[in-house]
Amino acid sequence: MIETFAALAEPNRFRIVELLRAGPRPVGEIGAHLELRQPQVSKHLKVLKSAGLVDVEARAQQRLYGLRPEPLVALAAWLERYRSLWDARFDALDELPEELKGEDENEGRDA
Amino acid sequence: MKAGTREAPVGDTAMELVGDQDIIIARAFRAPARLIYEAWTKPEFVRRWWAPKSHGVELAECTADVRVGGEYRYLMRRGEDEYGFRGTYQELTPHTKLVYTQIFEPFPDAAVLVTVTLAEVGGLTHLVSHERYPSPEARAGALEAGMEHGMRETMDQLDALLASLT
Repeated sequence: MIETFAALAEPNRFRIVELLRAGPRPVGEIGAHLELRQPQVSKHLKVLKSAGLVDVEARAQQRLYGLRPEPLVALAAWLERYRSLWDARFDALDELPEELKGEDENEGRDA
Repeated sequence: MKAGTREAPVGDTAMELVGDQDIIIARAFRAPARLIYEAWTKPEFVRRWWAPKSHGVELAECTADVRVGGEYRYLMRRGEDEYGFRGTYQELTPHTKLVYTQIFEPFPDAAVLVTVTLAEVGGLTHLVSHERYPSPEARAGALEAGMEHGMRETMDQLDALLASLT
């Protein structure tokens, strides 16, 4: 999980992941599309690969880098757990009885 | 969604990660800002919503000294496990803003800075809670420990609570 966050935290790596959502691409195309030099792209792809976010497939004579969904799915699940904890709290907060809303205004003031 | 925006949904919770250290949570309530502010700070109200029974936790302790420099502590209990949250109030502006630290006691070095803003517009109060974590790792890891159990919603306990209060 932390690896996924760390990999995505760098802006160019995030842009690479966004680009690859539309489908796998070779290194040269990634660089051209994002206006990054190839060594930079390769360095970022190495980090993304190590975090399990991208995979390489050989197609014809090209190496294509594509997204692996598993880390993003795990990330989404983690986010949803935290979100639904707050959702449950807010549901309970929503249900505080109506009569509490009618309390004297002065009782709410702090010194 | 940025802090202070008035796009919080009614009846549902919006959440967003910002940068690598922040989490923003937002929701709109059909209640005055004063009520939400009090529910957020007064222990007798906090008890009623902060530990949702649907998550199998109860509040064993809930204390708060609601003033700048004052401390609060919420101790959650689940079976034999206890884990606490505590912190210090840094800014209090009834009924529009609260700023406080939040320490999840198993990770005492990872204090989170929480800024809650309330904007009341036409009968709705838009609440935004902005959590700033001390590091990306803290954001990713510190809160997972408290949320291993299932997150299925049940409204039965809330219905029972309502019935007992009316």
